[in-house]
Amino acid sequence: MADRRNDRNKHEPWRDPNAQPYVRIENVTKRFGDFVAVNNVSLKIYKGEIFCLLGGSGCGKSTLLRMLAGFEETTGGSIYLDGQDMAGIPPYERPVNMMFQSYALFPHMTVEKNIAFGLEQEKLSRSEINSRVEEILGIVRLGEFARRKPHQLSGGQRQRVALARALVKRPKLLLLDEPLGALDKKLREHTQFELINIQEQLGVTFIVVTHDQEEAMTLASRIGVMNRGEIVQIGTPTEIYEFPATRFVADFIGSVNMFEGRLVEDLPDRVRIQSDQLGGVIYVDHGISAAPGAVVWVAIRPEKITIQRAQPADMRENCVRGVVKEIAYMGDVSVYLVKIDSGQTMRVTLPNMERLSDDERILWDETVYLTWHPGSPVVVIQ
Amino acid sequence: MARGRPRNDEFNSGRVGPLWDLFFRFGPPRWSQYIRSNWAGQRLVVAVPYVWLLLFFLVPFLIVLKISFAEFSPLGRPPFEPIARFLENGALQINVLFSSYDYLLHEPLYVSAWLYSIKVAFFSTVLCLLVAYPMAYAIARATPATRNVLLLLIILPFWTSFLLRVYAWIGLLKTDGVINNVLLSLGIINEPLAMMNTNFAVYVGIVYSYLPFMILPLYSNLEKHDHTLLEAAQDLGAGPVRSFFSITFPLSLPGVIAGSLLVFIPAVGEYVIPTLLGRTDQLMVAGLLSDEFFRNRDWPKASAVAIAMLLLLVVPIMIFQHFQNRELKAARR
Amino acid sequence: MKRRITFPMIALCVGLLFLYAPIISMIVYSFNNSRLVTVWDSANSPTIKWYLALLKDRPVLDAAWLSIRVAAMSATGAVVLGTLAGLVLARFGPFRGRALLQGLTTAPLVMPEVITGLSILLLFVSLEQFFRIFFGWQFDRGMVTITIAHITFTMAYVTVVVQSRLATFDDSLEEAALDLGAKPAKVFFRITLPLITPAILSGWLLAFTLSWDDVVVSQFVAGPGSNTLPMLIYSKVRLGVNPSVNALATILVLFVAIGVALSAWLMRRAEKRREREMRLAESGR
Repeated sequence: MADRRNDRNKHEPWRDPNAQPYVRIENVTKRFGDFVAVNNVSLKIYKGEIFCLLGGSGCGKSTLLRMLAGFEETTGGSIYLDGQDMAGIPPYERPVNMMFQSYALFPHMTVEKNIAFGLEQEKLSRSEINSRVEEILGIVRLGEFARRKPHQLSGGQRQRVALARALVKRPKLLLLDEPLGALDKKLREHTQFELINIQEQLGVTFIVVTHDQEEAMTLASRIGVMNRGEIVQIGTPTEIYEFPATRFVADFIGSVNMFEGRLVEDLPDRVRIQSDQLGGVIYVDHGISAAPGAVVWVAIRPEKITIQRAQPADMRENCVRGVVKEIAYMGDVSVYLVKIDSGQTMRVTLPNMERLSDDERILWDETVYLTWHPGSPVVVIQ
Repeated sequence: MARGRPRNDEFNSGRVGPLWDLFFRFGPPRWSQYIRSNWAGQRLVVAVPYVWLLLFFLVPFLIVLKISFAEFSPLGRPPFEPIARFLENGALQINVLFSSYDYLLHEPLYVSAWLYSIKVAFFSTVLCLLVAYPMAYAIARATPATRNVLLLLIILPFWTSFLLRVYAWIGLLKTDGVINNVLLSLGIINEPLAMMNTNFAVYVGIVYSYLPFMILPLYSNLEKHDHTLLEAAQDLGAGPVRSFFSITFPLSLPGVIAGSLLVFIPAVGEYVIPTLLGRTDQLMVAGLLSDEFFRNRDWPKASAVAIAMLLLLVVPIMIFQHFQNRELKAARR
Repeated sequence: MKRRITFPMIALCVGLLFLYAPIISMIVYSFNNSRLVTVWDSANSPTIKWYLALLKDRPVLDAAWLSIRVAAMSATGAVVLGTLAGLVLARFGPFRGRALLQGLTTAPLVMPEVITGLSILLLFVSLEQFFRIFFGWQFDRGMVTITIAHITFTMAYVTVVVQSRLATFDDSLEEAALDLGAKPAKVFFRITLPLITPAILSGWLLAFTLSWDDVVVSQFVAGPGSNTLPMLIYSKVRLGVNPSVNALATILVLFVAIGVALSAWLMRRAEKRREREMRLAESGR
């Protein structure tokens, strides 16, 4: 048991109160004139993590990344890397490297020269540079393209060159700005896993900025969701998805059915919420911290709802009646938009586990009953 | 231990000389950061072109401005009275005269030169636009390969001597020149046409010299047009002429304005073309300025003419700069 | 698709004829034997006697040599200053005085030459006085003053070319180099400079041509002893058409035509190769 505990702390160091954070961002603020791009952000990132900063455009995630790289100075607060204050250290003296969204490969240099560029700045011997370039080219599987120029490479190859160029410096911290943004969907999925492999192989700490939640979910050990310059929630992908802390997070990550309601019963191990928007009572089998009578929001994920024709025996709680208005067949799942009696529309997804014939399948304008498990709803108070 | 900011690997590894190391260790805590963020080289990079332009472009204008208010003294060296000087009793005497400007406004020779310059520049611009537009349009509609060749043909003359190209027209336009000879031998005319030293010759010269400046902005605008817009217009029932005037031309206005300014502004101040091809009885402003300066040695008047010309051109120049900046910003996106 | 002959195409042909007819007639007449330029002496033409005469014409050769030196020096100076100005405007972000610098660099593009010439001459006159009074040093106007004036009005062109070339590149290239440990000066020489080399080269050629061609500004700032080639031509031309000027013009036009055609061909070849390589890369190999 103790062993398991230790193991868990090793993989999830943020749960270990004694662990030393590798990157410490303390109350960092960045203002551009009157505009506050990053507002009082504090973060602890541990060695070997892939930490994703997730948020929409203009939420301050890129600015935070650029402050870590040293391209922007902080207006307030400090950044420590491995215990060292980064204030005033220019980008070219930071043990941090960045992979740019545009890749920023030097168009006039070959792949080899691009990768060697950073090592040349360290004034290493020619033979060491060559061997390290060769090694990293092997890792990203680009050995045969060493003498090509960037414009002679495909998008995926360019992405790997950019990664190799940043990694070859053996940085303490690698910053990735939308690393997969420029790739098409198929290639992106493949590359995600490749990126994780390389990260595990080299043990470098990654900070990834992305607006793509799917990308964040696959890559990240933890995700920091940002909105309007602030960090709204930090957690593992599961935590972020299953237990969103605010309405914004619940709405931003995945799709969700959200209902405003009032707390009518508040016990340590269960709560009941009366919602007029839903037109019923929601029973949740875990406690929340809110005053009785407070206005709360209940989020239910579409895939956690079951849809059925038969009326359930108990209609009092966690059950609503509605009419199917739209069905979207997506291949792996089908999405149902159900107009419930209160007038709201609920979204329900069902995996297409079997091929159903037309009379087995639920069709348009059918009256259906939606139910969910008391463990599924998430209650947020802001 | 070190004061101030923690030092990074480079300093610790001793790659920086020991003196620097000492300095960073005991120097003012934020000093190193100061020189880093205000990297001396960066200052220098801004300063060099800046100082050059201030000294050789802006300051000269201030001198011109100053001299335009001075009094002309035909025998002086330089030929004007100083604006400010100390008298023998130590008092400062300031001598500011507006007579040169007064002259500018009231002397018929000057007034007519102004009006003539503006007239010539205006009509040349219009003519240039009329000639250039169809050419630019044809180039923009050509296949990419031909387009490059055509553009090269348009630009090529620009790289050859302007002076010689204007000169070449003398040979064509003279009374016994090529055009008259050809027309006479074909029997189209019986008497040689008088084309040299006329308004016509000036227009030809200006249109000819500035044509690339009109074609290129027009072309770069027309080239970007989305061809489907025209197809949409035709689909909606507009004929070719109608869709040209309601779609193509309005969209090309930025190109038209840029090209027109690139022709109009220098045309107002054109010197070589009117002196070589133009009328002998009518000066343009630039000729006037040159005459005042070289022939009459009246520097104050020449300066006043320059300042007035500048004032006249300030508005078009500002519009031009506005467009220029917008182009640069657009290219950045 | 059927190609129809349209009005713009006719206009284009007529326009090109208009552009080239004077140059061609000038070239043809440079081989005319008659001193009366417009009378074609078919008995003794074509002849190259005007070209041979040029070779013995001392003033023309001197002026040409002066012009070449002035043009090369001003182009080089303009490239250095113009590149710095372009870099500052494109990359240094907003700073105090940026608007003024932008104004100072674009104004010479449209400034009438007589104004530029007059104002810079008056500066030189003031400087002359200043040096004479305070240092007892007399400097003469000549090659140096012409070069300074030419640098001033040609650097604007270089600035525009460099600035617009830089605008097509993402600053992230320079940021990446900084991030990889190169100091700002090194970033400039290893990354920025190689990227803008084509712009710098064409800026140099442009500045050279403009300087080589200039007559108005030179006339203002040249001292009594120094005559550039355009000044010489101008003084000959004012007296009327002259067959030796035709010959000279032909030589100059030929030089330019060959140079431009050659560089266009080289650029086209490089572009084609690049396109082919990009197609190869996108096809996944």
